[in-house]
Parts: sequence; structure tokens; C-alpha cells
Amino acid sequence: MAVPSGAMPSSGGHKHKATKYIVGYASSLVLTAIAFLLALVKHTLPVGPLVVVLTVLAALQIVVQLYFFMHVTEGDGPPFHSVFLILGLLFTFAIALMSVWIMSFPAFMAQVG
Amino acid sequence: MPSWFHAFADKYLMWQEGPMIWGSDVLILLVSIGIIFTLTYFHKWKWLWREWITTVDHKRIGIMYLICALLMMFRGGADAELLRTQLAVPNNHFLTADHYDQIFTTHGTIMILFMAMPFIFALFNIVVPLQIGARDVAFPYLNAISFWLFFFGAMLFNLSFVFGGSPDASWVSYPPLSELGFDPGPGENYYLLAIQISGIGSIATGINFLATIFKMRAPGMKLMRMPLFSWSVVAASIVIIFAFPALAIALALLMLDRVVGTHFFTILHGGNPMMFVNLFWLWGHPEVYIVVLPAFGVYSEVVATFARKRVFGYSSMVASLMLISVISYFVWAHHFFTMGAGADVNTFFAIASMMVGIPTGVKVFNWLFTMFQGRIRMTLPMLWTIAFVPCFVIGGATGVMLAAAPADYQYHNSYFLIAHFHQVLIGGVVFGMIAGMYYWWPKMFGFKLDERLGRIAFWLFNIGFYVCFMPQYALGFMGMQRRMYTYPATMGWNTLNLVSTIGAYVMGIAFVVIVVQVVYSIKHGERDLTGDPWDGRTLEWSLPSPAPHYNFAVIPTVTDRDMWWVLKEEGRTDELRPKAKDIQPIHMPKNSGRPFLMGLSFFVAGFGFVFVWWPLIVLGLAGVAACMIARALEYDDEYHIPVREVQSHEAALGRLS
Repeated sequence: MAVPSGAMPSSGGHKHKATKYIVGYASSLVLTAIAFLLALVKHTLPVGPLVVVLTVLAALQIVVQLYFFMHVTEGDGPPFHSVFLILGLLFTFAIALMSVWIMSFPAFMAQVG
Repeated sequence: MPSWFHAFADKYLMWQEGPMIWGSDVLILLVSIGIIFTLTYFHKWKWLWREWITTVDHKRIGIMYLICALLMMFRGGADAELLRTQLAVPNNHFLTADHYDQIFTTHGTIMILFMAMPFIFALFNIVVPLQIGARDVAFPYLNAISFWLFFFGAMLFNLSFVFGGSPDASWVSYPPLSELGFDPGPGENYYLLAIQISGIGSIATGINFLATIFKMRAPGMKLMRMPLFSWSVVAASIVIIFAFPALAIALALLMLDRVVGTHFFTILHGGNPMMFVNLFWLWGHPEVYIVVLPAFGVYSEVVATFARKRVFGYSSMVASLMLISVISYFVWAHHFFTMGAGADVNTFFAIASMMVGIPTGVKVFNWLFTMFQGRIRMTLPMLWTIAFVPCFVIGGATGVMLAAAPADYQYHNSYFLIAHFHQVLIGGVVFGMIAGMYYWWPKMFGFKLDERLGRIAFWLFNIGFYVCFMPQYALGFMGMQRRMYTYPATMGWNTLNLVSTIGAYVMGIAFVVIVVQVVYSIKHGERDLTGDPWDGRTLEWSLPSPAPHYNFAVIPTVTDRDMWWVLKEEGRTDELRPKAKDIQPIHMPKNSGRPFLMGLSFFVAGFGFVFVWWPLIVLGLAGVAACMIARALEYDDEYHIPVREVQSHEAALGRLS
């Protein structure tokens, strides 16, 4: 019996098929495996392109999570989640890029490079 | 004594370290025996399990958070008194240097993570569903898990004092000092694991309350009709969700360094200790906004109620909360201006840090304008709110001084900094939490806390506060550095340090008075029979105190901001009394013992990681997995309260019309 004024939000039915989850799981495993292989096996790529490829793989991983497991394309009610996705992307980029900016100061770069 | 026991006692129980450890052992033993005896004597074990440990009721979880927060405030406060006693006179050896390191580490960690965090979560839990007209949070089971993860994290952290040794690399625990080479022993592992476990719970709480507020408001309660405390919870939850993962990663990587020998934060093998500092403050700065934003929410509620006016500039209050929650992500590098990241980095973060002062200033002016021409009642919550304003303004002004990057090279890690952050964290967060505790206490327990004792505590605490921390600004200018164990008599710091210590003792006495106040009020406190002891403005005051476990017999329809106040003004309060014909079966979550068992499993695994005892690690993690699998296979976790039961309950409260 569904009482809309209950203590918990209605679960919205169980309409998701298992195949979607299996495809999502497999593709995230494949993406992870590629990243690990590139990083562990020596001299697959020069460092610069390697960083770019790994970043792209990480971004794809986010897309897989959001689409296959978190169902961003579905849902009812006001689209709060798109606001938070944009906010999340903003924070992610700010944190990642600004960390690189902060950490690449001359004294440190002289030490590692 | 057999020799194996001797070896065990020296290695793990630290009995060679002297009376402080022995005293704690005896006290812990006595308290444990006392609790077990009382529960057995009064046959309360079943009651404890059924009513509290397995509960998923947000009000009870909130009360448990509150009790933990007060206990942890006692522990952290006792640490503070020990530190100040050590610093009272020059060349003091009241504590050994090792103990001093351990105590300032546990003081900082406990006050932020195990006092301030559970205190804000206590208020989140108790207030938010009542304020937005909901019957529980969005995920009650997850809420219970959050609490038990926090509880067992805190237990793990406190256990370190009597079993294996406390962490001693300060609450920030920077590598390389916190790496295995410089800091062997289990102490640092305790820090990493305890915070990791309670941090998982904190992330879940953030998600839970964001979902609750966006999905479960009563009909008609648009976002811009929502009380400001709930808005502050939105802001704080956003910050929790995005900031805590950075801490989890930093702690996990440092744990890998210590437990399995990776090199994330060592200079050897290409690691970088500064990356830990960067990750830590990525969380650490937003963290101070996480704890202060709910305090801002409390002040907004208290000021409006006791000035009997609408909050001045509601929409600018909301906008500044949201702005603070976003800007708080762009200031973290101001904690390490002196790292040498360069003028461009420092300039950016200095300007961003000063910018945070703008929305905060907007809020302060709004509170002042709300009080302006209001008919102010000087109740306890209002006293703490009024005391907050000058305290926070001074703390904010010294914060802007610290944010000026070139000047920060002078203040960095001096007692000036110590005075600054205690002023914003005590003046902002602790004052707010105490105001909130007084304000919502009748709603939690059905009686008010004694006014006279509360005033004594208030004045002692405030006078003690200024006596303690104002001298520290001067000490900072005179060159005294933080984390100094002792100092020579010739530095000219003697008088100021002694004054500061006296202030700390006065604050300690104030805390004792608050404890006396609570105990006294249980018996003699003014009973709250109306459910609206403060002449409040928001929905929680339309309910009886304490609220029934389903909160609202009939979910109200909201037509206005300050709904309850408007109804009282227009003489329409009967509209919120449930009518027998409107009551329907109420859909509620079932209690579950699994969150407690899951927390316990995390505790076992965490304890295993601290000493790297693999059998315990495997056992604990298997327990966690078993709890999750059992939950996944559970289908019958909800029930309905029948109409007749709700009707008889409401009739007993004299509310049915």
C-alpha cells in the first residue's frame, strides 16, 4: 500500500533491468583494466600523452557510473540533480586543476624534475 | 605478575607511563561497571536495545548524537585544561613532551571531528524533519548507520589513550612526521582509522539530509518558504558531500604508506608530502564551514524568535549561505601560504579568503537588523546569540589579517593563529550549538533547562573565553609558536600565559555548571506542556514536546514562511490540529539492529588495521559485508501505524479535534 505522506519517499517501482547493470559493470572493469595496464607496463606511452589518456579514461568512468548505476537520464520531479552535477563538475575541475597549479611550484619542480 | 603479562602491560597498556594512565584505566573500569550494574539492576538491557540501539527514529538518533557530543566536549575540554596547565608557567614539566604532543593532537581531533560534527548532526536530526513537515529523514536506516559509524569511530579514537598510545602528530598529521619512519607505533593508525570510519558516516549524513530536504518537504513548503536552519543544513550538506571524499582519500593514502609501505607522501620514490597538506586542507577548510553554517542557521532561528520579528533579508540570508558553501572550496591554500607555492597562487587564495568575509558580513548585519526595533527577550539561546556577534566579528577581523598572504608569513602557526581559530570556532560554532541546544531542548525532552544556572554558565564561559584567548593574540605577536611544549622564563611570556590558563579554568568551571544545570533541570526544569515554550515561528513548535514518533499525525499544508507564527497571529492554530477523519495509516521504517552490528564490524576491522592484525581485519570486513548482503535481501523493512493507534495517541495528547 503506497501512502504518499509516509516517512519514506516512494521508491518509484523496480523497472531497471539487470542487463544494464551488467553492461555498466563490465565497461567499468574494462576501463579500469586499460588504465592499470597503461600505468603498470613500462614505456607504453610517453608521460605527457599517458596523463591525458588516463584523464580521459577517468572521465569515461564517471560517465559510466552516472549513466548505468545512478540513472541520471531517468527520474521524476524537479531536476535538482543536474544543478548538483554541474556544481560537482565545477568543484572537481577546480580541485584537480588548482591542485596541479598549487603543487607545481618552482622549488618542488626543481626537486622532481 | 607473570612476565608475558608484564610485557603486554608495558607494550599495550602503557602502565610504565605513570598515574595518568592508571587513573584513566580505573575510571573507565568504574564507569563501565557502573553502567553495566545500573542496566542490569533496573532490567534495562532490553529497553536499551529496543528503544535506542536499534532505533531509526531521527529524534532518538539526534539525542544520541547530542549525548556523544557533550561527552566528547568533556574529553576535549579536559585535554585543553591539561595543555593550559602545562603552559601556565615557564620551564614546566607537569606533562612530559610526549604526552603534551599526544594531548594537543587528541584535543584538536576530538573537538573538530568528535565534538563539533556530532553536535551539528544532533541538531540536523532533531530539527530538520520537524521543521520541513516530514515524518523522518529520507533514508532512516542509513541515518542509523551514520550514527553508529560515528560512534564506533569515536570509540576507536578514545581507546588509543589506554591501549597502544594516542596519536601524536597533531590533528593535521602532516607527513613526513606522521609516516612510519618518524612516528612508529599504533597511535597514528588510530587517528587514520577512527576518522576514516566516522567520515564515511558523515558523507552518508550529508547525502541523507540533502535528499530529505529536497524530496520530503510538506506540500506547499517551497524552498523559499523553508526555515533558515533547514537552509543552512542544505548548505552544510553540499559542503560535506564534496569535501569529505578528499579527506577519505588523503587518510587512505597515508594509511597505505604506513600499513603496506607505499610512497605516496614520502620524498623517496617520487612521493610528495605536500600533496597530503593540499588534500587535507581541500577538506579542512570546507570543514570549518560545515560546522559553522548550521550554527548560522541556529542564530537565524533564535534571533527571529526572540526579537519577535521576521528575519531581516531572508533571501539575502539564503544567497549568502549558498555563496559561502561555494566559495569555501576556493580558499584552502591559505592554510599553507608559507609552503612557497608562489605569489600568483597566494594572491588568488588570499583574495578568495577575504571574499568569504562578504557573505558572512551580510549575515551579521541581517541578524543585527532583525534585532533592531524588535522586542527582545533575553533568554538563554538569545544570550549566546548576542554574545556570538562581537566574538565572531573579532575572529573574522583577525581572519582577514591572516588572509593577507605577506603578513601571514609573520603570523603563521603562532599563537595569533591559535587565538583566531578558537575565536571563530568557539564564538561561532560552540556558542551556536549551545544556543541551539537550549532552544530545542524542550522539543527533545519536554522541559526547559534552568535559566538561572544557565546564566551563571553563560557569564563564566564568556568571561573565561576572553581571558583565555585575548592574551594569546599578544603572545603570537611576541613570537610564541603553537605546539610549544615549554618555554624559558626570559621570553616575557609568563604573565600572559598564566592569565590565559586562568581563563581556560573559568571556561572549565562554566562547562561543569552546564552539566549541573542539565542534571538539576531533569527534576526541577520548567515542564513544557504547550509544545511551544518560546512562542516560536516554525512548524516544529506546532507539535507537542517531545514530538510523537511519527511526528505529524496529518502532514500540514504550508502557505507561508514562518507558518506557525502566521497561524498564531491570525488565530488559526486549530488548522494544524489533526482531525480524526483526516488521519490515515502512517508508513514508517522498521527498527533494525544491523546498523549497530555494522558499526561494530567496522570497529573490529579498524582495530585490526591499527595493529595490522590480519585475522581481525578479515573478520571485521566480513561482518561489514554480511550486514550489507543481509540488507540487500531484506524486503520487509516497513510497516504502517494503524489509524486507531494514531487517533488514540493524539487523543491522549489532547490534540484530536
